Amino acid sequence: MWKIIAESKDKRPKLQNYKNWKELPPIPISFPCYGSMGETGDWRVFRPVIDKKKCTKCGFCWMYCPEGVIQKSEDGFFTIDYVYCKGCGICAKECPVKAIEMKRESEFE
Amino acid sequence: MSQKEQEIKFISGNVAAAYAARSAKVQVISAYPITPQTVVVEKLSEFVDSGDMPAQYIKVESEHSVMASLIGASIAGTRTFSATAGQGLLYMSEMVHWAAGTRLPIVMTIASRGIAPPWNIWADFTDVISQRDAGWLTAFASSHQEIYDGVLMAYKICENEEVLLPMFVAYGGFVLSHTFKPVIIEPDDKLEKFLPPLPDEKGWPHIFIDPERPMMHGNLIMPSGFYYEFRMKIHDEMMKSMHIIKQTALEFEKIFGRSYGNGLIQEYKMDDAEVALINIGGLALQAEQAVDELRQEGYKVGSVKLRHFRPFPTEEIINIAKKVDVIGVVDRDTAFGSPTGGAVSSECKSALHGTGIDTIILPIITGIGGREVSVEQQKEEFKKLIKLKETGELPKDMIHGTLWDGILEVK
Repeated sequence: MWKIIAESKDKRPKLQNYKNWKELPPIPISFPCYGSMGETGDWRVFRPVIDKKKCTKCGFCWMYCPEGVIQKSEDGFFTIDYVYCKGCGICAKECPVKAIEMKRESEFE
Repeated sequence: MSQKEQEIKFISGNVAAAYAARSAKVQVISAYPITPQTVVVEKLSEFVDSGDMPAQYIKVESEHSVMASLIGASIAGTRTFSATAGQGLLYMSEMVHWAAGTRLPIVMTIASRGIAPPWNIWADFTDVISQRDAGWLTAFASSHQEIYDGVLMAYKICENEEVLLPMFVAYGGFVLSHTFKPVIIEPDDKLEKFLPPLPDEKGWPHIFIDPERPMMHGNLIMPSGFYYEFRMKIHDEMMKSMHIIKQTALEFEKIFGRSYGNGLIQEYKMDDAEVALINIGGLALQAEQAVDELRQEGYKVGSVKLRHFRPFPTEEIINIAKKVDVIGVVDRDTAFGSPTGGAVSSECKSALHGTGIDTIILPIITGIGGREVSVEQQKEEFKKLIKLKETGELPKDMIHGTLWDGILEVK
């Protein structure tokens, strides 16, 4: 499988799946794929919540998000993928109009 | 830039190592000076500066950075080289392990020297032996020509897709690094026949830097993941590299006409020998003179040069043990607290375990920190082996089961 991985980005499987050591590549490699580290939203203590009333659609949150979990919607607003958002709070910190609030996860239980 | 004709140059061991890197068309050199290796990277800087060698020459601030930068250069798909010694190798150690774990075919010569404290810069293989378990193939050169040839063979072995591991080519500091001998520098057409082609823009088969094929290496693996298996694979490939080493030595002999035994070991007058002395590095070559002199006196002795310490030629050691009754294994290194005090003799003993062969192994340590080892002394070592064979009597003054030969007795 690792030879296919080395050949081209397009031919790669979604996940690397090796049954035993004989199938393994010479070194452990990872490649960009959706959620390769599992559902990292589990790590979150604080949840960023966007207040659409304050949002100016500037896109700072989208640019600054280190995990690429903020997406632009058709209406120009931004949505956060909570399955993968780790809750780092960079978006809230960078938002120039303070439209993003970090709320404790326990508030949502 | 090119070497059209074969040339015989009167050069030092260090310069032979630099010429080997030039002959091997090395593309990236990273360098930090340390005695007794400095001349290797100095000579290479001259080659690069004069346009004689189209390579990138990286000057860095420490040995740790030497290997870190070579790892980067090698990942990018280039043929890489450096040289170090003693404390420098120890400082580099973390990156030495990274190079092997990343399975990069980096070749580095070691002008071995004693480890401090107390400071010592003379021949002693304890530096390279200290990296025993890093996952590098480890070869010893016994002559100036073997330094040159050993580096050429190293690239062929390391870059083999079945191996993909780095390699040390070690030789004794000063005794080989700073002495001069004629060395044959091979012409390009012959080298081209022997050496693998330089990696193309696709890089190595398993690791590369290519935005079209993004990948990440060196990430964390949980205990339930394949970490264990990846470590085991390094051992597996290292063991399997033995047949590549043998194949390479054969091919080298065919093209260049110089023989290095089966690549792993080289025997000298072993056919009818009754006792044998195993040596690493330059002492192995000197022992051949001791053998010649003793044979003139009528003693049936033979010498074995251990060319590879990693992978360790277990089968070859067993075969030697089948031929002779007593083997002296000489370490020019220390392995404190090990069964014999020396790394090579401990391995030889372990190789024979469970084989039912009752050949006696006499562990010998000698030449530590560049202490002079004369031919006379080596002849005495042989005579002690003969006495052990004939009378079963061990030499006097053994310390913890090992003969520390040549320790000072001030009267």
